[in-house]
Amino acid sequence: MTNHLTRRRFLGTAAATGAATLAAPSILRAADGPLRVGTYGGFFEESFSKHIYPGFTEATGIEVESLAVPTGETWLVQIKNAARAKTAPADVGLMAGTPRREGAKQKVFKTIDAANIPNLANLNDRFKDSYGDGGLYGVGGVSWYITLCTNSDVIPEAPTSWTALWDSQYEDQIGLLGLATNSFLLEVTATTFFDGTDILATKEGIEQVFNKLSEVVPNVRLWYKDEGSFQQALQQGEIPMGQYYHDVAGLAAADGFPVVSTFPKEGGILDSGYWVVPEFADADAKTAEFLNYMCKPETQATLARNLGTAPVIDPSLTDLSAEELAAVSSNIEPIVPRYEMYGEHGDFISDRWNQMIAG
Amino acid sequence: MRNSSLSRYVALIPSSVMIGVFFAIPFALILMVSVSSPADDADFRLGFDLQHFQRFATWFYIERALFSAGLCALIAAISMAIAFPFTYFLTTFKRRAQDLWLIYILAQLSLSEVLIAFSWQILLSRTSGVGNILEMLGIVERSFSMAPSAGAVIAALVYLTVPFSVLLLFPALSRMDRSLLEAARTLGASPVRTFFTVVIPVTRPAIISGAVTVFVLTLGAIIVPQVLGRPQHWTLSVLITDQAIFNFNMPFASALAVVLLALSASVIALVSWLGRRAEA
Repeated sequence: MTNHLTRRRFLGTAAATGAATLAAPSILRAADGPLRVGTYGGFFEESFSKHIYPGFTEATGIEVESLAVPTGETWLVQIKNAARAKTAPADVGLMAGTPRREGAKQKVFKTIDAANIPNLANLNDRFKDSYGDGGLYGVGGVSWYITLCTNSDVIPEAPTSWTALWDSQYEDQIGLLGLATNSFLLEVTATTFFDGTDILATKEGIEQVFNKLSEVVPNVRLWYKDEGSFQQALQQGEIPMGQYYHDVAGLAAADGFPVVSTFPKEGGILDSGYWVVPEFADADAKTAEFLNYMCKPETQATLARNLGTAPVIDPSLTDLSAEELAAVSSNIEPIVPRYEMYGEHGDFISDRWNQMIAG
Repeated sequence: MRNSSLSRYVALIPSSVMIGVFFAIPFALILMVSVSSPADDADFRLGFDLQHFQRFATWFYIERALFSAGLCALIAAISMAIAFPFTYFLTTFKRRAQDLWLIYILAQLSLSEVLIAFSWQILLSRTSGVGNILEMLGIVERSFSMAPSAGAVIAALVYLTVPFSVLLLFPALSRMDRSLLEAARTLGASPVRTFFTVVIPVTRPAIISGAVTVFVLTLGAIIVPQVLGRPQHWTLSVLITDQAIFNFNMPFASALAVVLLALSASVIALVSWLGRRAEA
């Protein structure tokens, strides 16, 4: 089980781990060596090595060297430091929303030539990230949902709306993610009470949403930064409700724990890892082959079956059954994080958030 | 005379260079970053910009700094209050017993803060913690969860710092002149009075330096306040980590770190000034 916990983990020690990894000298490689692909260490990396790369090598003849990379923020620091030394720590790697925007701002990702990736057409525009000049730099890899999760022993009937977080009957019983940038609760509040996330376009709007969000504080027992802390508490019923990752909740339920993941009627939060190519990576042709393979419906279906992630392409292109699809996603329109907001009003949001949760 | 002092300086060169490299340079870098300004196409640009210190100068961050200092002072006091009597009695044990105890206490220092924080989390939980023992004994009606709370943070930090306190107090207490105690007892002082009027004053420098060390050590704790405390118990160190790792704001993280360093330095300076004044 612990393997599942390591991938999106947020722990203070991440800094130390990052620093140690940075100190390792980069290894010089032959120009025609294997394609170095970075995915989140632990369960993700193991699953990719086992279920995805062998098929890719068989189809294209390109060998893959699988690298375990840390969670987004630390991974971005590694890419930046490598760029200073004019090298790349991987040829292509997964990266989550907020650090991806940050990296794009500083142009540490290479532009990807879309012409060499025909399967890109399978992807919704939402899963393609481009620079201001139209150059593509991020291609959707996997998606995961954050939903409303409950312990069915303590709460037999799971609430079906995010409004449950505001319900006073759950006072001191809720667990929420501890950072504005990973909980996306501003987006949840805006969608639930302000008809969508448009209100978050201005600072005044954000302030209004904060005022509403502050009302959840008395109900919150734990503001967690690492998945492990909350998972334990949710499984045991210690903290019977909260926001949590749909895929891991499903795995816990499969292991026999009384955990239920519900897609609220306002939508689950959809966060995604996109493939990015670090500056100074020089395996362009192979990378294009790899991205093309990852955008294939069969590959996306394999990921859904083995990683429990949601496809980044239209599900009707895949052969996933209705049950298989329901296990990893929902028909309800998702809440999509406004990553750009954290870049634009980052300091304001972080200060306001800290004051709110400590209040 | 001149020669011997010269050779003493020469002998100091390697250690001074080491300290310069490992402490002064990183500190200078932190100071430089703390006054740099943010830039769109890079993390920051070096320069002289006090905006990060201005951001600190709001009640929220000042209150956090004061809370951190207060919490650490409390931990230092509790830790000393527990470690002092223990160490005092430890020095009266046979040599072999003393060694065994010291080895045991030293071994505690090998446990990481992360491990300790998560162990305490389980220990204080409703479902698998000490609450169940209390329920079994009939002391409470129903097991309850004791974390996250201020008490949990204090308990775990005291657990973390008591071994340090014992090690810091041990040399002074074991070297203490026992004839002073005998003299006090011969003159009719009770054991309790002897303890307060002789033992504590004689070992005061060790108590003070021990308490300051524990204070500074606790200021750097991150995981315990974060895992066992509610957000209102998060210290400045937790906020620094958030800024450096999750908000990409190295300049603000550095500014907060400079404040934290200034806080430690002023406490150390104050305590040593008070110590000198008391001696004079």
